[in-house]
Amino acid sequence: MSISRRKFLGWLGTAGLSVTLGRSAHSATNKHFSGYPDSNGVLFDGTHCIGCRKCEASCNKVNELPAPDRPFDDLAVLEKNRRTHSGTFTVVNRYAVASAPGKPLYRKIQCNHCLEPACASACFVRAFVKTETGAVTYDESVCVGCRYCMIACPFEIPTYEYGEALTPRIRKCTLCHPRIEKGLLPGCVEACPTEALVYGKRDDLIRLARQRIFRFPDRYVDHIYGEHEMGGTSWLYLSGVPFRDLAMREDLGNLPAPSLTKGALSGVAIVAGMWPVLLTGVYAISKRKDKIAETEKSEAVAAAREHADAETKAAVEKALAQAKKEKAKEIELLVKKALEEAAAAQKEAAAKSETEEDA
Amino acid sequence: MREETVKADNHYFRPFTPFNIVAGIIVVIGLLLTVLRFTRGLASVTNLSDYTPWGIWIGFDLLVGVALAAGGFVTSAAVYIFGLKKYHSAVRPAILTGFLGYALVVLALHYDVGRPWRLPYPFFVQQGTTSLLFEVGACVALYLTVLFIEFSPAAMEWLGLKRARNLVVRLTLLLTIFGVVLSTLHQSSLGALFLIAPSKVHPLWYSAYLPVYFFVSSIIAGLSMVIFESSLSHRYFKDKMDPEHLADKDNVALGFGKAAALTLAGYFTIKVIGIAADNNWHYLATGYGAWYLVELLGFVALPCFLYAVGVRDKNLTLIKWTAVLTIVGIIINRFNVSMIAFNYHLPAGERYFPSWMEIGISIFIVTIGLLVFRFIVTRMPIFCAHPEYKNTH
Repeated sequence: MSISRRKFLGWLGTAGLSVTLGRSAHSATNKHFSGYPDSNGVLFDGTHCIGCRKCEASCNKVNELPAPDRPFDDLAVLEKNRRTHSGTFTVVNRYAVASAPGKPLYRKIQCNHCLEPACASACFVRAFVKTETGAVTYDESVCVGCRYCMIACPFEIPTYEYGEALTPRIRKCTLCHPRIEKGLLPGCVEACPTEALVYGKRDDLIRLARQRIFRFPDRYVDHIYGEHEMGGTSWLYLSGVPFRDLAMREDLGNLPAPSLTKGALSGVAIVAGMWPVLLTGVYAISKRKDKIAETEKSEAVAAAREHADAETKAAVEKALAQAKKEKAKEIELLVKKALEEAAAAQKEAAAKSETEEDA
Repeated sequence: MREETVKADNHYFRPFTPFNIVAGIIVVIGLLLTVLRFTRGLASVTNLSDYTPWGIWIGFDLLVGVALAAGGFVTSAAVYIFGLKKYHSAVRPAILTGFLGYALVVLALHYDVGRPWRLPYPFFVQQGTTSLLFEVGACVALYLTVLFIEFSPAAMEWLGLKRARNLVVRLTLLLTIFGVVLSTLHQSSLGALFLIAPSKVHPLWYSAYLPVYFFVSSIIAGLSMVIFESSLSHRYFKDKMDPEHLADKDNVALGFGKAAALTLAGYFTIKVIGIAADNNWHYLATGYGAWYLVELLGFVALPCFLYAVGVRDKNLTLIKWTAVLTIVGIIINRFNVSMIAFNYHLPAGERYFPSWMEIGISIFIVTIGLLVFRFIVTRMPIFCAHPEYKNTH
């Protein structure tokens, strides 16, 4: 697909959408959104994390989540890799890495708070909002529970209260949005004893991460995960081993989620605009064909009838003439016969009278 | 004695036919599962997880249901827009099948979503217009209304509402065009739902052409469903059919079979183009590749060939069975995109397989569809023209 065609469709799509909805779909332009200015984020430095699970405990406390099956100081849960679920907004997993044998590595999992979130793009009631402070928030008062956000999220973050019969919610990390509004730090950041988590302006965090990579090139992989992944995320990661060794996907690409659907969305306006025209055209053509066929048919019938009429007329005339001729002949014959009879009668009468006179 | 003869003639007075017994059992189980779903939540009836939020209630009830209900727009477009009037007798059964199909899709969604009474929220409370699901929802809601109006003349003829019926019949062309527009949009959008998750759908099934694939294959599904439904109806409801319907039956199978063969050929071509466009050839040598080839060769190329042979030889049995093969192929395709190739990157332990209760609800919903279909075709003029309205449409 060439750029110019895509752009063209994009323009048309934007025009159509903004006419109908009165809101701009800037995914269909060549503008690039690189995050709200001065928005916040968190930098996770994998080389500092010791897997103490203090962040998990703090998260559980500040978000008033249900108590876990096993206490947070029980590090045996690290034997297994876990994921977030409706009662857990963040987990720390331990990974055995071949390139660093005997040295366990840890990674914290929670919502990455994308700059252009897939969940927000996918939500058909706009329950998710990327706030200007950086957090992606969720409004349960409008949520229908369709779970399309869970399909859409490339990081498999949103979770669902499957056990709730009538009031299930999507659950995920809020970047402690309520706490940040009060001027507090996110629960996990506040609890981290090793400064593996740093909260701050995203731009500053990127600078800090670059600085660390520059100063300790042997310690870090030369990549800030989240700077560009899926269009960039508010959470950023540094690691001493390739990110795939920490079960982080390296094949997500740098396109923000909305750009994946903009083509299909811009097609909507085109179909809605052009299909009626096309279909009415097809209808008109088929109608006209029917009409032409109808006219041709009636013309053919009329011509055939006319032809048939003429033939009949001729035949009748011929028959009449014949009849006339025959009649005339018959009359002639009859007249002749009558005359002959008359002549014979006259002759006979004359002969009779002659005999009478003789007598 | 006389009463008994009447009973024997009319099978609705015989409640204990094998079909009714099986349907009855399914409905009872379905109702029990319904109670379970709305008292204990999805966790108690489904195998859904935080990794796999959509199971067969979306993969089968929504994706397959909508595709197989495409017969309505395909047939009405063929007859009223393309002017193929010789298929007129197929319109009403197809519209009815479509209407019931969409109604059941909406019913099934009530089980799947968390708070079904909020289903109108996307339209009336807060509009998430950047979501493909918004488009699907809007188009399905509108199209269900269109199908209801398109179907209504049959009900109004039955009820004797002559003036209303004539008014609606006058709207036929407008409704048909609207129906085709809406169908194009939501059939394709169901495929486009997965565009946002390139990291989760196996590359062989993920393509920028997904919306086009879903739309084109829905036409194939619609054509095949009309053939399939008509052959079943001729078996079980022959006594309800008028001479026009009986005479047109073979015509419909031949014409729709030919159209399906051509559309399948086009579909095969664009599927191959999709593989080429993303340069996914190397995946064909993997396990997923083998399964992809089964779908592409066994359920696209093969039915294309069989339809063509069936039409050439006027072999109606072959056409009928090809319709079944094609429908199975559509089901496989929707399952592949939404479940089998979805989350392909996860270890086997995290993958989804439906619970018997999820399957039970799906069967329950299909059974309700069959029962309502039977109720309607045995009462309303679906397979025949109403005597008062002969030659009026």
